[in-house]
Amino acid sequence: MIFKLAWRNTWRNRRRTYITMASIVFAVLLAILLNSVKEGILFRMQENVVSVYTGAIQVHKKGYWEEQTLDNTMAHDSTVMNALLAHTSVQEVVGRLESFMLAASGTYTKASMVVGIEPEKEHLVTSLDKKVISGTYIHKDDEGVMISEGLAEYLKLAVGDTLVLIGQGYRGVSAAGKYPIKALVRFASPELNRRMVYLPLRQAQYLFGAEDRMTALVLDIDNINDTDRVERGLQQAVDARYEVLGWKTLMPGLHQVIEGERAENVIFLFVLYLLIAFGIFGTVLMMTLERQYEFGVLMAIGMKRLRLSSVVVLENIMISTLGALLGTILSIPVVGYFYKFPIQITGELRETYEKFGFEPTFYFSIEPWIFYSQAIVVLCIALVLSVFPVFKIGRLEPVRAMRD
Amino acid sequence: MEGHKDRVIRTEGLFKVYDDGAVSLKAVNDVSLSIEKGEFTALVGPSGSGKTTLLNLIGGLDTPTAGKVWVHEKDISGLKKNQLIDFRLYNIGFVFQAYNLVPVLTARENIEFVMLLQKVGKEERNRRVDQLLGEIGLQDKAGKRPAELSGGQQQRVAVARALASKPQFVLADEPTANLDSKTAENLLDMMAKLNMDEGMTFLFSTHDQRVIDRAKRVITLVDGSIVSDVTREKTTIEA
Repeated sequence: MIFKLAWRNTWRNRRRTYITMASIVFAVLLAILLNSVKEGILFRMQENVVSVYTGAIQVHKKGYWEEQTLDNTMAHDSTVMNALLAHTSVQEVVGRLESFMLAASGTYTKASMVVGIEPEKEHLVTSLDKKVISGTYIHKDDEGVMISEGLAEYLKLAVGDTLVLIGQGYRGVSAAGKYPIKALVRFASPELNRRMVYLPLRQAQYLFGAEDRMTALVLDIDNINDTDRVERGLQQAVDARYEVLGWKTLMPGLHQVIEGERAENVIFLFVLYLLIAFGIFGTVLMMTLERQYEFGVLMAIGMKRLRLSSVVVLENIMISTLGALLGTILSIPVVGYFYKFPIQITGELRETYEKFGFEPTFYFSIEPWIFYSQAIVVLCIALVLSVFPVFKIGRLEPVRAMRD
Repeated sequence: MEGHKDRVIRTEGLFKVYDDGAVSLKAVNDVSLSIEKGEFTALVGPSGSGKTTLLNLIGGLDTPTAGKVWVHEKDISGLKKNQLIDFRLYNIGFVFQAYNLVPVLTARENIEFVMLLQKVGKEERNRRVDQLLGEIGLQDKAGKRPAELSGGQQQRVAVARALASKPQFVLADEPTANLDSKTAENLLDMMAKLNMDEGMTFLFSTHDQRVIDRAKRVITLVDGSIVSDVTREKTTIEA
């Protein structure tokens, strides 16, 4: 009966119900679109940056991240490899050995990051093969290297030229070598673009005198949004000699940027929902005040305050849920379309985006939470606003209500 | 007093004073009365004489400034708000001047409503609603909402609703005030029949001479006090 009463009361003033619902539909639609595009862009940004270098998760010898020296390398351990690969979310584990060295050519020298990679697997975590702009991607048995475009320009080198690397290896040994350049790679990030040198892992181990050792295991996981959960699971899967770090720890700057963007979005949505709240409150206010007499009669004939309040709260929830549901349903084809056909930025803005290393495209996300979270927010607003009629009913005196 | 098994209502030294600081008004002034089971009583008096206030006090809708109200020898003056709601639900049927049916419920659902509040089983509800619809002669209007019924039909449904909870008595505040003569007569006939056939106790507040003419007992209030209390032989049902 409570449900029936609430449902029919909802439609007592159809025009008002439609207007209230329309405001909710519009706001939910707008909120979903905003959230979708924001999350789409952030996800792509996160994926792009993470896939440039760090990968979603890395495993190191415990203490390496605090003190990144070759003395903190770890030996290849098949037990750890098997434990990592046993996790359902882990697709691949790729080894790396990296350290800073001096890159030189003729009279030019520059401090560079020298990274030993497993070429046949590295592209799974960082899409390195797609960044080759000239020459050919290295193989595991190659004796050549790939260097970033900016570094090549600085050292006046090109594909086929020879690069000299000088530095310190494992346990303080001297490390030096001459390598032919097999390819140039280009990064959007200017910092990476002027300092990267890649060579096959075995070559790097030989160069650093670190036979069978690595600084990091880089993990390819099936969903980057799952990083935190996978990170926690893996920490338990490997023993205490190792540290498991997600991209948020590996790239705190990026994490802060993303969180900042989300916070900005929350403020905008807060303003939007504040407007919805006023719209719903207007209806709640009218529905409550114009029915004081009726409430008085219902209490006179024996309806308890709690039950009467339940009817009014339910009415509120019904209008809000219907609006939120309709808004969500309407948003699905719109978001779906833009998910499939992202908005391409054109003109000067596109150039600006590209100049700063951003993709000039507005991607949309179809993460389920983007849709249902709006319905939950609207429902919460409705519940909070229900305090008003509940309060009024709680203080209602039947005689006074019927007399006034 | 313990000997009055059939006494339904008793008030003693009942006062209701409205005081807004500047003016003090005694709406009910030292009213003591008792109503027995099966009475068909009219509470009469000029406007502002305190009829509705007295009904509200007896019905537990309002609290007295002083004095007590007993229903079946139970003192209701000390009950808390929620206890009073429960008390009204199980003991009192209300009929209001403006019918006051729930606008979104059909005639049938309006009658059934109080039984739902009482948590009466579905079978019993249906049986009782059918019976009451038969008694008020509105079986064919069972599915109509109040807006689709005439004033008289709405008031009949209101009476059926008041009776649906099987109350100890029915309080009717000016039940015929908004009805034309013929409809009012029909309604009074129906209530008189219920009074005679089922022994239902009715207490009306009214200005309406037709109601007064039908009442077995007429209590006259002036300025909140009882100035006369006349009991007659029996009530009549018009042909």
